[in-house]
Amino acid sequence: MSTVMNTGFLPLELLRIIFALICAIVIVFGNAVVMGYLERKLAGRFQRRPGPMEVGWHGILQLAVDGVKLVGKQLIIPKQTDRVLYRLAPIISFAPAIMPMVVIPFAPKLQGRDFDIGLIFILAVVAINVLAILIAGWSSNNKYSLLGAMRSVAQNVAYEIPMLLTLLSVILVTGTFSLRGIVEAQSGGAWFIFFMPVAFLIFFAATLAETNRAPFDLPEAESELTAGFMTEFSGMGFSLFFMAEYTYMFIACSLTVILFLGGWSGPPLPYGEYTSALWFFAKVYALLLTMIWIRWTFPRVRFDQLLNFCWKYLVPFSLVHLLVTAVVLKL
Amino acid sequence: MTTMAEKGEHRYILNMGPQHPSTHGVLRVILEMEGEYVMDPQPVLGYGHRMHEKMAESRPWPNFLPNAARMDYLSALIYNHGYVGVVERLAGIEATPRAEYIRVITSELNRLQSHLLWLGVLVLDLGAFTPIMYTFEDREKILDILEDVTGSRLTYCYMRVGGVVRDIDDKFVERTREYISWQRSRMPMYDKLVTGNIIFRKRIEKIGEFNPDMARRYGLTGPVLRGTGIPYDIRRAEPYSVYPEFDFEIPTETTGDCMAAYLVRVREIEQSLRILEQALDKLPAGPAMAKVPKKLKLPAGDACYAVESPRGELVYHLTGDGSDTPYRMKIRVPSFSNLSLLPELCRGMLLSDLCACMGSLDLVIPEIDR
Repeated sequence: MSTVMNTGFLPLELLRIIFALICAIVIVFGNAVVMGYLERKLAGRFQRRPGPMEVGWHGILQLAVDGVKLVGKQLIIPKQTDRVLYRLAPIISFAPAIMPMVVIPFAPKLQGRDFDIGLIFILAVVAINVLAILIAGWSSNNKYSLLGAMRSVAQNVAYEIPMLLTLLSVILVTGTFSLRGIVEAQSGGAWFIFFMPVAFLIFFAATLAETNRAPFDLPEAESELTAGFMTEFSGMGFSLFFMAEYTYMFIACSLTVILFLGGWSGPPLPYGEYTSALWFFAKVYALLLTMIWIRWTFPRVRFDQLLNFCWKYLVPFSLVHLLVTAVVLKL
Repeated sequence: MTTMAEKGEHRYILNMGPQHPSTHGVLRVILEMEGEYVMDPQPVLGYGHRMHEKMAESRPWPNFLPNAARMDYLSALIYNHGYVGVVERLAGIEATPRAEYIRVITSELNRLQSHLLWLGVLVLDLGAFTPIMYTFEDREKILDILEDVTGSRLTYCYMRVGGVVRDIDDKFVERTREYISWQRSRMPMYDKLVTGNIIFRKRIEKIGEFNPDMARRYGLTGPVLRGTGIPYDIRRAEPYSVYPEFDFEIPTETTGDCMAAYLVRVREIEQSLRILEQALDKLPAGPAMAKVPKKLKLPAGDACYAVESPRGELVYHLTGDGSDTPYRMKIRVPSFSNLSLLPELCRGMLLSDLCACMGSLDLVIPEIDR
């Protein structure tokens, strides 16, 4: 998008921003709908049942109907909650989820804006979600919510470390924080997953924990904490958290694709500067489907096991990996 | 140096239930928590109390038959069996041989579906959603078979004093045989999906360990007791019905943790299948109902009848006074004793482990409250 209408006139620049914003919102909502449908359909497949079948062909409109239902639901605010924070929490969770769409390079010419520090921007913005979960848990005045929120903070802080350490290995090689630069460094099939598969695995495990997905879905843990930090939320409050979760999954998988799977690169397509976004989305959804697959297969880990896994395995391994990368680069 | 936890500061009360996904019914546990650690769990009972024992004492004895199915809704036929057993023992009536075989066959099918449901629910408590759907698929087959012969799917009222209300036919036998081979073919899948799963093993191994001494103090029975290495099973220890005629093992484990209870139950599925097979092979011909006087009065005196429910030892104690209404009825249910272990077992445990422990005790709340 940056080069499509790059004339420098203010009205065109304004148009460009509006266009990019619309695209970002369409991607966020479209992803939530597609993921919601895929998750329920695939869960059904794994469990030998059909999944949603009633609304539309094979239940394809189920999510639309659910959306209408959630919008129409009463917003219940329990007594003795912190009303301002309680209202704010879903918004704080969801709003930052749209922002990373600005810097994600979907195709060579499909990118809102390329920053030099695009990667750091995404990590900084996404980290706000932890705050939102903490606010949600605290303001609901419910012990289950608070337990979920506390778990979430500990988990997110812990898993950010191996995530950043593996990122550093990639940055050492590319020498740039620009997402476009990282993708271009992998052009011609030289994807980083082939050079550092361990880093890819560590990063993917860390993203599972960062997005609170099973087997690391302890902040929600419905068999222990009913619904964790979301227990008291209803209607749109709940659905904003729900959409935020899917958007963060999308962002996490996009980052994985950009860092390790070569971003948009793939067999050439006509009008490749735009259409190679297809490869990007194909890779992202392949990863998202893996996440769904993992969720519906494994039990949940215990909290101490979760932290042990991070501090005893992921952090040392990623440190060693960083060291090895640095040494190899220096040679 | 004493830690905060030892001094008991910063404790708070977490109210788990009566509506909570892991209590599987209206059980309430008041947890005194220290962070994520459970310092003092106290179960609160009585939310589903229906005075079954009093009901038994205030109406003619046949009217209690449907009640028997409504205590432990997962092993209704075994409760049926215990009740007709105690009345038969008191009144001195013998059921026909065919009826005894049918009782054993239906009871074992009932035990299988209870174990299958427990398997799915335990894994669900640990956070995996999928296995419960697989076990329910197996369970559906049992329920379909039992529905055809008993007329209901959950709260059966099938057994009568002197026999069973409807005879089984060849179709039943054939379908049960089909089910046995189906269930055998499914067990390797559960081994791979659940038993061999590293997260599952790490979640329940060495969790909630207790020893035979503790089990004796709390009167534990059933698979949790057999998990500590004591091969106590009513079917073998105090044989009833035609169980002595079958060749089956009493699976035991020695560690006494949640994993032991899990392994015992999974191996019991295979033993139940073996009993079913033998019972179908040996099934005698003849009537399914003995001649019983139309108006049967309970003679004065006491009778006790113990059966092995999927959760442990179930005992009916019936006192008659010559009328058709029992003078006193006492029901000893396994889940009640098994639950009483919970406070001592789960002290100082993580909240997630408490859920695993409650899952492995296999509590059925209406049975505790009855």
